[in-house]
Amino acid sequence: MKITVDEDKCCGAGNCVLIAPEVFDQRDEDGIVVLLRSEPGAEERAAVLEAAAVCPAAAIEVHEEA
Amino acid sequence: MTPPGSIVIVGASAAGLSTAEALRRLGYEGRLTLLDAEPHQPYDRPPLSKQVLAGAWEPARAQLRGQTQLDALGAEFAQGEPAVALDAAERSVTTASGRVLRADAVVIATGLTPCRLPGQDGPAGVHVLRGLDDALTLRAHLTAARRLVVVGEGVLGTEVAATARTMGLDVTLAGMGGTLLGAQLGEVIGGELARKHAERGVRLRLGVTVDELTGADGRVTGVRLATGELLPADAVVVAVGARPATGWLAGSGLRLGDGVECDSRCRAAEGVYAVGDVASWEHEGYGRRLRLENRTNATEQAQVVAANLLGADRPYTPIPYFWTDQYDVKIQAHGLPSPAAELSVAEGDPAEQRFAALYREDGRVTGVLGWNMPKQARLLRQQALAN
Ligand SMILES: Cc1cc2nc3c(=O)[nH]c(=O)nc-3n(C[C@H](O)[C@H](O)[C@H](O)COP(=O)(O)OP(=O)(O)OC[C@H]3O[C@@H](n4cnc5c(N)ncnc54)[C@H](O)[C@@H]3O)c2cc1C
Repeated sequence: MKITVDEDKCCGAGNCVLIAPEVFDQRDEDGIVVLLRSEPGAEERAAVLEAAAVCPAAAIEVHEEA
Repeated sequence: MTPPGSIVIVGASAAGLSTAEALRRLGYEGRLTLLDAEPHQPYDRPPLSKQVLAGAWEPARAQLRGQTQLDALGAEFAQGEPAVALDAAERSVTTASGRVLRADAVVIATGLTPCRLPGQDGPAGVHVLRGLDDALTLRAHLTAARRLVVVGEGVLGTEVAATARTMGLDVTLAGMGGTLLGAQLGEVIGGELARKHAERGVRLRLGVTVDELTGADGRVTGVRLATGELLPADAVVVAVGARPATGWLAGSGLRLGDGVECDSRCRAAEGVYAVGDVASWEHEGYGRRLRLENRTNATEQAQVVAANLLGADRPYTPIPYFWTDQYDVKIQAHGLPSPAAELSVAEGDPAEQRFAALYREDGRVTGVLGWNMPKQARLLRQQALAN
């Protein structure tokens, strides 16, 4: 899977970090999402999908290989 | 339990769409139908009072998902198709066009309807803001108007005031509360926010009630306060709260109080669930009934509703969270920051417009607030709040 984030949409809630801390972080200065790994392994799949689903700004997109 | 063979979701916005997506993610392969009263593709509401109202975003940017993602859901979307009745025992939904949809399970995700002031529907130029059409109508009016009066000192009223002021309008905000967001965040933070608005040139009339809207030739001309003061306006936004959109559920057999009353599993009746702003449920962590009007709740509750629809037995026990962006201030509120709580700064410095604070009641931390410190607020939440 490949993840993209939309920094302009991100509202800094940090839900993604609560759910998938190995993959997402926030910038110290304004809380905007930082992608730690854009192609995480299978062990992160469930957490990443949940983070994308819960994101209150719909700022995370997950692209799954066909 | 065998999973339902068909599910109808009424309301295809943040909560309804998230429920559909979560169902598919959890492996649900049955029939899925989403109804919505509005004719639009599912879109997000927080940008409506911010980027969309300001004109910084094209409306399309506020869409929740792209067409490919919507197609991939394998769901039937019926937009512009309001539900007008539900029979909870039969799980059948009737729409305005006379369609009757029967399903094994029904999800209610119809959100809120804005409250109005008496006499508001007479003169032109008086607005509420809940949907995309409202936002576009208001934006069109604000680009031509000079003087805006916002009625309401809650989240929506203060955001609209900030956006309109940034657009260059002359803005007055009138509200019954003694400070801005006082009911949500208490006096200290409310005072801080009031100073910010005043600095930016918004005129504040707080602790006042509105007597009437004045008009001439069919257009609004001002807002008269109970004090007698007349606030002249060529545009008025009424942001005095909203009620759960449950009118269509009269006679459904469901318990309707402040929203659709659900148990701790977000279940309103056998095979009927409610999610998002419209849902009131028993929060087992707090030991009381709660109904939240915020964006994160819509998606978080959707995960639990989807799981429970498919046979899980999960209580929904979130830590509430909302944010608001006004001028250069990003406020994040976690937990239940009641106005009665005591506030103490935990990090940063209010004088520098960057701080995080804790709300305490009876010595317990009940809420965390970030003022231009989103990450630090989230970290404090992880340390101090639990459910
Ligand atoms: C302008 C604005 C700004 C906001 N800003 C923030 C913010 O900064 N931070 C934050 O946390 N929250 C914010 N919110 C709140 C957040 O948007 C809501 O909590 C969220 O939209 C709730 O999602 P929902 O799906 O439950 O309800 P809604 O988004 O209201 O969706 C309900 C849907 O049901 C449809 N519907 C209603 N009745 C019927 C019917 N009878 N039949 C069929 N369909 C029906 C409606 O058309 C609508 O599409 C804001 C809200 C608004 C309006």
